[in-house]
Amino acid sequence: MFKSLAPPEYLATIDTVKCIRCKRCILNCGWGVYSWGGDKVLIATSKCVKCLRCYHYCPEEAIQIHDNPTRFKANACWGYNNIRNIKRQAESGGIPLTGMGSDLPYPILFDNLLIDACQVTNPSIDPLREPMELRTYLGKKPSSVSFVDDKDGHVRLKEKMPPQIKLSMPVMFSPMSFGSISLNAQKVLAIAAKECGIVMNTGEGGLHEDLFPYRENIIVQVASGRFGVNPDYLNAGVAVEIKIGQGAKPGIGGHLPGEKIPLEVARARMIPVGTDALSPAPQHDIYSIEDLRQLIYAIKEATNYKPVSVKIAAVHNVAAIASGIVRAGADIVYLDGFRGGTGAAPTIIRDHLGIPIEHAIAAVDDRLRQEGIRNEASIIAAGGIRSSADAAKAIALGADAVAIATTALITMGCTVCGKCYTGNCSWGITTQRPELTARLDPEVYAERLINLVHAWEHELKEILGALGINAIESLRGNRERLRGVGLDTQTLDILGVKPAGR
Amino acid sequence: MNHNYQKDISGCGLTGLINKKRRRVSGSEIVKSLCLMNDRGNGLGAGYAAYGIYPDMADFYAFHVMYDDPGMRHEVEDHLRGNYHVEKTEEIPTAPVKAIHISPLLMRYFVRPLKERLAGGIGSDDYVVNTVMRINSESGGAFVFSSGKNMGTFKGVGNPADIARFFRIEEYEGYIWTAHTRFPTNTPGWWGGAHPFALLDWSIVHNGEISSYGINKRYLEMYGYKLTLLTDTEAAAYMLDLLIRRHGITVKTACQALAAPFWKRIDAMPEAEKEALTALRQTYGSALLNGPFSILFGHAKGLVGINDRIKLRPLVAATHGAFTYMASEESAIREICPKPDKVWSPRAGEPVIAELE
Amino acid sequence: MTEINAKGLRFKELNEKIRAAVAKGEKEITVKGVNGQYYIGDGLRGTATIALDGVPGNDLAAFMDGPTIVISGNAQDNIGNTMNSGRVVVKGSAGDVLGYGMRGGRIHVLGDVGYRVGIHMKGLKKQSPTIVVGGKAGDFFGEYMAGGVLILLGLNEKDGATLAGDYLGTGMHGGAIYIRGAVDKGFCGAEVGITEPDAEDLATIKEAVGEFCKDFGLKPEEVMKKPFKKLYPASLRPYGNLYAY
Ligand code: SF4
Ligand code: SF4
Repeated sequence: MFKSLAPPEYLATIDTVKCIRCKRCILNCGWGVYSWGGDKVLIATSKCVKCLRCYHYCPEEAIQIHDNPTRFKANACWGYNNIRNIKRQAESGGIPLTGMGSDLPYPILFDNLLIDACQVTNPSIDPLREPMELRTYLGKKPSSVSFVDDKDGHVRLKEKMPPQIKLSMPVMFSPMSFGSISLNAQKVLAIAAKECGIVMNTGEGGLHEDLFPYRENIIVQVASGRFGVNPDYLNAGVAVEIKIGQGAKPGIGGHLPGEKIPLEVARARMIPVGTDALSPAPQHDIYSIEDLRQLIYAIKEATNYKPVSVKIAAVHNVAAIASGIVRAGADIVYLDGFRGGTGAAPTIIRDHLGIPIEHAIAAVDDRLRQEGIRNEASIIAAGGIRSSADAAKAIALGADAVAIATTALITMGCTVCGKCYTGNCSWGITTQRPELTARLDPEVYAERLINLVHAWEHELKEILGALGINAIESLRGNRERLRGVGLDTQTLDILGVKPAGR
Repeated sequence: MNHNYQKDISGCGLTGLINKKRRRVSGSEIVKSLCLMNDRGNGLGAGYAAYGIYPDMADFYAFHVMYDDPGMRHEVEDHLRGNYHVEKTEEIPTAPVKAIHISPLLMRYFVRPLKERLAGGIGSDDYVVNTVMRINSESGGAFVFSSGKNMGTFKGVGNPADIARFFRIEEYEGYIWTAHTRFPTNTPGWWGGAHPFALLDWSIVHNGEISSYGINKRYLEMYGYKLTLLTDTEAAAYMLDLLIRRHGITVKTACQALAAPFWKRIDAMPEAEKEALTALRQTYGSALLNGPFSILFGHAKGLVGINDRIKLRPLVAATHGAFTYMASEESAIREICPKPDKVWSPRAGEPVIAELE
Repeated sequence: MTEINAKGLRFKELNEKIRAAVAKGEKEITVKGVNGQYYIGDGLRGTATIALDGVPGNDLAAFMDGPTIVISGNAQDNIGNTMNSGRVVVKGSAGDVLGYGMRGGRIHVLGDVGYRVGIHMKGLKKQSPTIVVGGKAGDFFGEYMAGGVLILLGLNEKDGATLAGDYLGTGMHGGAIYIRGAVDKGFCGAEVGITEPDAEDLATIKEAVGEFCKDFGLKPEEVMKKPFKKLYPASLRPYGNLYAY
């Protein structure tokens, strides 16, 4: 075979003195980098993706993965990746795929926002010993409620509230389907969601029967492929989500390669083993906003009015679109910023379409308020929420809750190598190869994810405490407690945030 | 929806009283009570609100208007004459006080919206609110202190005793009084910025800084309120107007929205009540006043005192016969009511509601 | 004996008079007509007894080291802040944040107390601050408690009534709280253990109750008839696992 003119990205090396020939690296690598040469381990370094599974499992610290120091001549315009991608395309004629969110150095506005704290004129609150409430309800709220006083002087509700999803804190797991991730990875999410009092989302891959016990903590998704959608499925969770788009690939459908469709996945999706599962770019029953309304109400009817969420990618006109979605009857608008992750997306799409989540939250929250309909739907923000600080900032900008996916996968071992689309994930996450998925013990890894969620919970409470507020609703949309650093006037204007010092 | 505003921050002391049988008492009482708490203010703002002071004009909205710019007077009066029946126009009587060198022009008008202005189905209260919002947010140079019936606020830059003397507070008799001494931490010096803050029959005095101000403001803006003073007091007043007058929620329930019980408490309530309060919090999350506050608010039918959900600011209440007293400190009550029947510190978020009979 | 009339005096003038009397070696001082004056007895040393008639203002007996202050009626907020030794006796009720960071001495309140009473109290073997409350207490009673003794008697309460508010002893990591009546675990901070008092505890209670009864002319035997519950810190580092290093 013609040797690729795209040089390997990484150099996997083994210190042969340290190596005890235990062959664990051979076993662990999902990409087949290592093989046995009779007396030593052989290395096919061009296959290496730097997921570091081998490094962690080598008992002797014999493995080192280096970024290949051999680069094309430095050029401020023709960067390494530009040249390399052209060579790859020249060799394959294909669209380079990628996984996870964009790694290009676009500005991350979360890093230009700082949170306020109390000094003297209002007190901060000790979050460990005094009550600190993060409980969040997602769903449509009336603009006002009516009560009647019953005989004993207690208030009663006159009209029932619309259905709500109760979260113990304003964080949830983003949709990831069985197929794009392993069943064990989904189980990790389900166990953790239940334990933490939050929700996971099936993504568009049906609901495996192993997840039935976690129904109270599951949102089921309906997307353009309609995989696994039936009345039981629609009624299985606490809410139904209609997926219109995804931040990493707005306007693009899903493509789950046949290699990732073994029997189990096929059963859940109700498709044959080994076919490519295609989700079309649009939902073919939604070509317009009124069609969306129909689908929303069809689902509500079918589920005796469970909350319906509509997930869209953050695109240029996101405010107007979101307003239409709310008017179409959605209880929740899920905004996915362009830095959001993916199991597989064309690199060119991922890196160049959409807008960041920060702008989207601000624009949508503003628009819904201007139109007096902010109470009609909750806003979920996703797409690059890396820490509880990002979450707090997103909420202060106007989101009701944030959704995390990459963060959750990192707790399962993921190193954001970005090769999820290959189906070879050595950590057993984005793969269906049984020998790889078996590595991901749901109980063990759920523990780690639970730890993360609890740590964020503590951090959010610390942030609220410093802000001198003891309920998350007092942070929501409270942009007065954010300041921008290094942002231009127009950006500050869009975010509705003052510059630091003002 | 401009975000480029500077919030007003101040500490303070407050006091209030009500006679449930509508027996009117002289303003000198409340002045005495307020002056005891001089240490809670710094002489940069004080004010009084009184109900029952205009019995002969009880059918008219009493507009107390302040003019920084006397030139604005004609514009405002033209507007009033064009849209209201103006029963009476007069200067608010004042007395010379040494410490108060300059004061704005202070006028009061007793008015009623013209019938034809209410033709579109808008209620006269809403009409008055619109007028007040317009004068306060657009005119610059004119500011409506209060706009309720048979009530009024008197306030300005100065210490409690000077402001009382200036407005001749002792000459008014009312059955509800509230008063406020102020400790601003930033730009002092504007009479409109003193408290009580009033709109229609609402008058509010408030102590503490609400940490949730940003979202409270944006929430109110969604319902057409224009926050021009950028004080917590203003936000609290509009919040009460929205919940009680416009949404028809009772005073007690509205207090539970402003100082919401903790989820832990709500979860432990009997089913029907739990459902009601859960709905209240879900719906009015953005109305929650979070952070330290104690508030006294007077309205046409009574006086209410409430403090925040974890009691970060003080509030003491007492009763004596038909009187109910509320203040930042017990001594402020004792000063005018040495032997109350009952004295207590209300629990966090638990309103003290005293209503006229 | 010296009598001071506080009527119309600002706190500064009043405190100056009290201080002058103490400096003169006066052992019995009566102050009439007190109403709202802050900071009475702050940082005061010696062994004088000061009887106050009226409602004194906030921050009474802060940093006080020795004297006894007896209040005929109610007391306001922040009494006995970081008090080092001495005694404060309140014949009515007292407000919020009583005995904050108290390091020694006794505070006896016959009636109820407000929120955040006895928080962050300290204590060594020899120097152990004690607060005894005859009535009930608001939320966050004994919050962050690091030492000393808090006793809640609920003298006029029915059997089974809850005497303390929510978040009882939250963050507690030292000292002991004794409650004469029911304790709802759901109202306690997670760091708090509940148990029956042992012989040593009972001796502590008895001694404190004896002192308390002396101030109000009550019979200790009567008070001791009802059983107590003891609240203690379940761990010395309640948040040791919270942070990752
Ligand atoms: S895992 Fe490490 S020690 Fe084992 S064979 Fe591979 S390089 Fe050698
Ligand atoms: S999930 Fe697996 S393949 Fe995807 S980025 Fe993480 S480690 Fe790499």
